[in-house]
Amino acid sequence: MNVDKELDARGLNCPLPILKTKKSLNGMTTGQILKIISTDCGSVKDMQAFAKQTGNELVSQAEENGEYIFLMKKK
Amino acid sequence: MKKMAIIATKGTLDMAYPPFILASTAAALGFEVQVFFTFYGLQLLRKDLSNVMISPLANPAMPMPVPMPVMVQMLPGMESMATMMMKQKLKKHGVASLTELRDLCLEAEVKFVACQMTVDLFEFDKSEFIDGIEFGGAATFLGFAGDTDICLFV
Repeated sequence: MNVDKELDARGLNCPLPILKTKKSLNGMTTGQILKIISTDCGSVKDMQAFAKQTGNELVSQAEENGEYIFLMKKK
Repeated sequence: MKKMAIIATKGTLDMAYPPFILASTAAALGFEVQVFFTFYGLQLLRKDLSNVMISPLANPAMPMPVPMPVMVQMLPGMESMATMMMKQKLKKHGVASLTELRDLCLEAEVKFVACQMTVDLFEFDKSEFIDGIEFGGAATFLGFAGDTDICLFV
C-alpha cells in the first residue's frame, strides 16, 4: 500500500501519538494513507478508539521489534 | 459534534495533567471542549508554569526512590527537588510538558475559561495569564456543561 505521509512517534507517550496523528491527518486529503510508528504500547488501543471516533480508517496495525506500525486512511 | 466540559481545580504538577491530556485528546477526537479553571486550577493558565510543583508531603501514593519520612519531606527544598525529579521522569518517558499540552489544546481550539471570582479572590493580575482565554463564572460553565456528553471535575 502506498504511504503518503509518515509520522515518527517513537519515544512519545500518551496522548502525544494521537495528537500528532491528528495533526498529520489535518494536512492530508481524503483517501491518503498515513503511516504511524509508535513505541507506546497504549497507542494500540488508542489508535483503534481514535479511528472509531473520528471516522478515519485504521487500515492495518502490526508490531515489529517493539514498534507499532499503523496505517490510517484519511476520511 | 460531541462535547466535553472539565472543571480544573488543582494547581499541582500531577493534577495538571489529567485536564490537559483529556482536553487535547478529546479535541483531537473531534469533541468541542471547554475547561473551566477555578481556585488553584487557575495557576495552570499563568504564562509561567514553572511554579506548578509537586510535593511528596501528604502525598503517600507518590513513588519515591527511597522511603522518606514525613519529617524529611517537610525540609526546605524538598518540593523543588520532587518537582525536578518528576519533570525528569516525565521527560524520560516521553510524556509532554504541561506547556506543550496546553499549547496543543489551544491549537485544537479548546476553550479555556478562567473563574473571574478566583481572579478577584487571589487578586491575580489578568496580564499574568496566557492570551486567548475567557473569564466567566459558574453560570458560564453550566451554560456549556448542561449540553455536554462528558463532564468531569478534576
